[in-house]
Amino acid sequence: MVDAVVIPLLKIVIVLVATLTAVSYMVLLERKVIAWTQARLGPMRVGPHGILQPIADALKLMIKEDITPARADRWVFTLAPILAMVPALIVYAVIPFGPAVEVFGRPVTLYITDINVGLLYVVSVTSVGVYGIILAGYASNSKYPMLASLRASAQLISYEVAVTLTLVSVVLVAGTLSLVGIVEAQREAHVWYLFAQPVAFALIVIGGLAETNRAPFDMPEAEQELTGGFHTEYSGMRFALFFLAEYANMIVVSSVATTLFLGGYLRPFPNVAAFGVLDIVPSWMWFLLKSFAFLYFFIWIRATLPRYRYDQLMRLGWKVLIPIAIANLVVTAIVRVLLVARVGADG
Amino acid sequence: MGEVVGFYVLATLILVFAGLVITARNTTHSVLFLMMDFLSVAALYVLLGAEFVAVIQILVYAGGIVVLYLFVVMLVNLKRPPESYRDPRRQGKLGVVLAAAVLVEMVAVAGYSRVAPAPVAAAVSPVVGNTEEVGWLLYTQYLIPFELASMLLLVAMVGAILLSKREL
Repeated sequence: MVDAVVIPLLKIVIVLVATLTAVSYMVLLERKVIAWTQARLGPMRVGPHGILQPIADALKLMIKEDITPARADRWVFTLAPILAMVPALIVYAVIPFGPAVEVFGRPVTLYITDINVGLLYVVSVTSVGVYGIILAGYASNSKYPMLASLRASAQLISYEVAVTLTLVSVVLVAGTLSLVGIVEAQREAHVWYLFAQPVAFALIVIGGLAETNRAPFDMPEAEQELTGGFHTEYSGMRFALFFLAEYANMIVVSSVATTLFLGGYLRPFPNVAAFGVLDIVPSWMWFLLKSFAFLYFFIWIRATLPRYRYDQLMRLGWKVLIPIAIANLVVTAIVRVLLVARVGADG
Repeated sequence: MGEVVGFYVLATLILVFAGLVITARNTTHSVLFLMMDFLSVAALYVLLGAEFVAVIQILVYAGGIVVLYLFVVMLVNLKRPPESYRDPRRQGKLGVVLAAAVLVEMVAVAGYSRVAPAPVAAAVSPVVGNTEEVGWLLYTQYLIPFELASMLLLVAMVGAILLSKREL
């Protein structure tokens, strides 16, 4: 009973609360980092150094008037933010934050579940997230959100192809779709897949930026051209859901990239006994540190690079990333077959 | 027991959503019900222990094909006055023919599966796991249908490009 119901429920609650807190503080972090990049201070008023700003923002968004445009499609208008948020949250079911550990003498795995199609689950659930964006644009019955949502969904669908093709080559190296399995495969291979699959890593980082609609690919939210983006007509808590979903997706991309390329919850050099002193930092802490590095990188990119033009974005996706992804896949497959053949000849 | 209850709940959901797909007046709502229908079918696959098929169902149908439907519905203006539509009930003859064809097909499938039950593939494949099993079967027993299907898709793709870019 305890193992089957209580512990999974507890884990779900902890992951959800932690994610939502992390998401709201991501907003503050982003504002702070961008401010520092531009030699400003960022939010300073609420709490010391603006540390309570997310709470103030949440309160503000909750008590704001919730407007539905007069000619909007009411049901779909309400459904869209939910459809954007739910996929972003249920992905966390398969993210491995750590291996099995003992908590009060009871073995507990630091992930909600480990299914043998884990990576495919991530891809398919995030592919459903695009509905939130399309429907928001459609249901608002307004020009700019419609244009933005068309841009966003075209962008997501294009880059999904490149990202999924790239993931296949990682799966080829690891030999499993389970995310825990991929981390353990990196332990056995004595190498992070960042070094085994550098091309795939670069593709995933670029594709991840595009999939989360982040700068320099944040066309769907180009304020200057679209007065905001697909959520222009939204206000109050429904707007907040879109906002949270975007940041939750960023954390998902960072977590998955950490799991696939940076050894997930493994400490650096997990097989070298000389670095055993690093074990005083618990495994989930390593995972969070690596993911945080990714998130910081996302913000850094946003503060540094100007926005792409839409045709440049599409050209990059279809004519550069997808061919490279296919080439990488073919090379990986050939090398893999040769290696397996060699091992087979030896044994 | 739980499996039976799950099946009936999901089957009801699938039928209800399928009904809503064809009765919804708003085309976008109809497409959304179709998505819900596909998600319910995916849940049915999970119930059967076919996680791989379930995930692919969501990825390809709910996440891919229905999104394209939505695009088409949103971009093509369907808000014409109702008089310009032909009454679907006038399609009597075609409807009877189509319904008869579907009935024959269902009877044929049911009859064939009774005469020659599907071989239990798990016994012959040397790999364990859902995904591995699908891969194994695709590249051994069902290699020719698999290659034919990919040729068909390639032809469809070339055709689509030709149609959309006439001045190539």
